[in-house]
Amino acid sequence: MSSWYMLTVVGEDRPGIVAGVTAALFKGGCNLGEASMMRLGGSFTIMLMVELGGSDDVLQQLVEPVARSLGLHVHIDSIEGQLHRHREPDVSITVYGADKTGIVARVTAVLAEAGLHILELESDVAGNRENPVYVMHIEGYAEKSIDLLRSALKVVECDGIEVSLEAVDTMIG
Amino acid sequence: MVELEILTYPDQRLKQVSPPVRQFGEELRVFIARLEFTMRGSPGGVGIAAPQVGYFQRIVIVDVSAKPKIPGHGRMVLVNPEILSWEGMTRGREGCMSVPDFTGNVMRAERITMTAFDEEGNLQEYLCEGYEARAVQHEIDHLDGLLFLDRLVSRHTDLFRRKKYDNKICNYSA
Ligand SMILES: [Zn+2]
Repeated sequence: MSSWYMLTVVGEDRPGIVAGVTAALFKGGCNLGEASMMRLGGSFTIMLMVELGGSDDVLQQLVEPVARSLGLHVHIDSIEGQLHRHREPDVSITVYGADKTGIVARVTAVLAEAGLHILELESDVAGNRENPVYVMHIEGYAEKSIDLLRSALKVVECDGIEVSLEAVDTMIG
Repeated sequence: MVELEILTYPDQRLKQVSPPVRQFGEELRVFIARLEFTMRGSPGGVGIAAPQVGYFQRIVIVDVSAKPKIPGHGRMVLVNPEILSWEGMTRGREGCMSVPDFTGNVMRAERITMTAFDEEGNLQEYLCEGYEARAVQHEIDHLDGLLFLDRLVSRHTDLFRRKKYDNKICNYSA
């Protein structure tokens, strides 16, 4: 009987983290699933679905040596998740503007209220220390309607936040 | 009628280039009818290319008319299609009957002009835009052994090139 785990890895960015971690998992007989891996600030972060015919302790022991040698912090959660449970986004939203306290909370609160189910969110801070520019991209699913999201966003636009919303209609061919 | 079996990647036959149709006639018409039946039997499918059912000839069917509010030509049977011109680029999300359980963003020309023979062998000219142009380009790729997986772009691509929606109304009181 195998189970799925969510493996979280965080450490100071350096070359070889992905190769090191995935090689250790491969040698340990793990099956890898969906993943998000990226550099955030100076850190490298991994969220990775791992399937294994053993307990979380076994998984912990598999990644321990590479984690120690690369200075990585590891966290493991047992999950109910499975592969092939994708949910298609039907809306894509980009937000940017002068970075202000509370911009993320403000925008996402308005969208949540209007029924947005966020499937993916990426955000970044561009510009420089004096004039930071906040950039966010969301792909999501409108639980109510896209028009409702559109009108909700008009409110935050008035705070000098630039917003673009586009319906996503996936072409299947 | 019976639906044809759809090849799915990693079947390497999907990666081969198909030669043009040389002969029009009853056999071609029968195949096109079966290809169309297969496309319509696939949920959400707005296009299909002959190689997807293991028939390696340059034949494509596109019909976006089931999609509300999307302009197009209705049912298009495209035999030996040739894209003559491309204009503008947009990012859009695509999936494929030959690549189950995955969708991704792909850049395509916004507008194309094209010639193709219909199922009777008459040469037709088309101007396709937007969603329909995307479907046509996706299907013609199949004739050249290309999948949308070969053209995936990151979410960052085209982030700020999209049009802002208008009618900014800011005289609200909070
Ligand atoms: Zn396809």
